[in-house]
Amino acid sequence: MLSISQELVDAIWAHARADHPDEACGVIAGPVDSDTPTRYIPMRNAAMSPTFYEFDSLELLKLYRDLDDRDEEPVVIYHSHTSTEAHPSRTDIAYASEPGAHYVLVSTREELAGANEFRSFRIVDGIVTEEPVQIR
Amino acid sequence: MHVSTPEIDIRIPTILRPYTGGEKSVQAAGATLSAVIDDLERRFPGMAERLLEDGKLRRFVNVYLNDEDVRFIGSLDAVISAGDNITILPAVAGGS
Repeated sequence: MLSISQELVDAIWAHARADHPDEACGVIAGPVDSDTPTRYIPMRNAAMSPTFYEFDSLELLKLYRDLDDRDEEPVVIYHSHTSTEAHPSRTDIAYASEPGAHYVLVSTREELAGANEFRSFRIVDGIVTEEPVQIR
Repeated sequence: MHVSTPEIDIRIPTILRPYTGGEKSVQAAGATLSAVIDDLERRFPGMAERLLEDGKLRRFVNVYLNDEDVRFIGSLDAVISAGDNITILPAVAGGS
């Protein structure tokens, strides 16, 4: 289960809506082994694409150095889908490389007309498992 | 001619730590990134396959020499000097 604050959920939505129709992406960091997302870090989508996202390479290096310095880890890795459902795609699964992270997907596709689709998954060795989201 | 090269620190991402017995940071030596990866493979078999594809760096694996992405400084031919450090990070990427 992912337990996350309303404030952080709102921050992810704000980012996803601002970058629509491109995919938005980022991380919520938290203390190592806490499983608690606390620090919101929006990342630039270097692909600037409605169908693909990739953290900028040098921002990625800075991110991981900061996490190390602060004894944090990426508790949540989020991105938006802008024309499909909030479920990991084949490429999402192929590139997922943080088995300890909660992969959050939101969908800003227009058919939803404002309905919120905010889902969380574990992706380990190519196996996707959806998990409940508890907003506190 | 044999030239001895310095061992440098290499930061290993979570996903590759099964190859290093869980170690976050390891050492390897080589005059170029390519040679360092060969040495990593000798010490931690299986590692090269995760970094290389068809003799090139995999598209979704980022390797940094100090503060630079090696793709901008020669990729596998990047020259390694004493005191350098290498960071390996899988790209965070995906798509719909």
